[in-house]
Amino acid sequence: MAAAARTIPAPPTNVEVQPFFDAAAAGRLVVKRCLACGESHHYPRTMCPHCGSDRTEWKDASGRGTIYSYSVLRRATPPYAIAYVTLEEGPTMMTNLVDCDFDALRIGQAVRVVFTPTDGGPPVPTFTPA
Amino acid sequence: MSLRGKAYVAGVFEHPTRKADDKSLAQLHAESAAGALADAGLTKNDVDGYFCAGDAPGLGGLSMADYMGLKLRHVDTTETGGSSYVIHVAHAAQAIAMGKCDVALITLAGRPRAEGMATGTAPRNYGVTTPDVPFEFPYGPTVVNQYAMAAMRHMHEFGTTGAQLAWIKVAASHHAQHNERALLREVVTVDDVVNSPVIADPLHRLDCCVITDGGGAIVVVKPEIAKRLKRPPVKVLGAGEAVKHQRGGKIDLTYTGAVWSGPAAFAEAGVTPADVKYVSIYDSFTITVLVTLEDLGFCAKGQGGKFVSDGALISGVGRLPFNTDGGGLCNNHPGNRGGLTKVVEAVRQLRGEAHPRVQVKNCDVTLAHGTGGSLATRHGSATLIMGRD
Repeated sequence: MAAAARTIPAPPTNVEVQPFFDAAAAGRLVVKRCLACGESHHYPRTMCPHCGSDRTEWKDASGRGTIYSYSVLRRATPPYAIAYVTLEEGPTMMTNLVDCDFDALRIGQAVRVVFTPTDGGPPVPTFTPA
Repeated sequence: MSLRGKAYVAGVFEHPTRKADDKSLAQLHAESAAGALADAGLTKNDVDGYFCAGDAPGLGGLSMADYMGLKLRHVDTTETGGSSYVIHVAHAAQAIAMGKCDVALITLAGRPRAEGMATGTAPRNYGVTTPDVPFEFPYGPTVVNQYAMAAMRHMHEFGTTGAQLAWIKVAASHHAQHNERALLREVVTVDDVVNSPVIADPLHRLDCCVITDGGGAIVVVKPEIAKRLKRPPVKVLGAGEAVKHQRGGKIDLTYTGAVWSGPAAFAEAGVTPADVKYVSIYDSFTITVLVTLEDLGFCAKGQGGKFVSDGALISGVGRLPFNTDGGGLCNNHPGNRGGLTKVVEAVRQLRGEAHPRVQVKNCDVTLAHGTGGSLATRHGSATLIMGRD
């Protein structure tokens, strides 16, 4: 069964992270990568949380990942699936799993990004079985 | 410098209310303070240090000092969610050891029931300036589904089962039946827990703590004052605190900050897990207890499911009695912040003042542990070890 759609509230963006949501509006998932230590991170910051350098850049991500963990909030109306997805680029990000059978989800499952509209804001990256 | 023996817990109080329609938030703080001071045999005029966290109204320490009429020379409003008050005991002992105060008062209160708060299943937005909010709030993180993701991962990596988690609730209910003030006094079985409705996979309704109004307070004093008071002295032996977060996306939900706060506390106290006769473990959810016991070294990582099974946490039955007041799972979780009541029951055990049916024999060393925030994103961990003189 396809999941009933939950209305996703608009992300409250700010000047530091606006490029992430501008990219999302253009259908691109980006992650921050540090030019000093080479590590990627999420959520995005100006300064690398791993080494502290401010030499970070936005990089396009493949949009492919695997489910690290998830939970379907059965109590909500409609129920929805929150998850952590580990991106091919390394970081694990909080997201929703959409357009899927909640009862068939499993940890380790391959997923791909799909952008879901929000209530009056830019779309946000969500994931669906690959 | 070690905290060991530098300060004593002289008074504790758990507010008896579980639904406070007829009391204000400041009033609950003040009534709790009065209760703990009376327990210690002190008055508010003896207090020269005050500790509160994010549940206190207005400007926190300023507003409550004004309301209660305190004359302070030390104030500390460390906020680490529900673990704050365990940290406050350690910070109070530090301040006392440094001569910054002699009598430290810690208060907590909250009215989520009276205010009709959707505590567990509504996403909390901590405000647009909070850096994680744009990347988390849209996805609907609630208290329950975040802890549920930690449980899901633990099950995946270690084969932990819902029935093993259920034993934690079963043990709490065995204790709560003797606590006339507990919100839930009915003894439940493993089947009751796993057959209760799923709130967020894999957590059932009975894996979740209660929602209550209430409060509590703790009085920490310098040794010279403790010696002249009439209550059984409870000595601070050691403490540790830690913050665990998402590490820029290097997320691992299988452990908590207790892997850092626990060893620090044991080292300072000069004891090991084998010396601890009773534990108060923050029990927002059953999974919180299981992971914390692993992280504190009471069993190996991944073995928590086996460790808690078959009544192992039931006083008088199992190897490690826990939360003998019924804990947050059955008794009380005032203001959605359970750290303070964890200290209170550990003090009752050391004094020999727990309910006779759950009092641990020869209880000379106890551990209280708080987990504030969320296992899945960011949380404070606080471990406090106390002993008899």
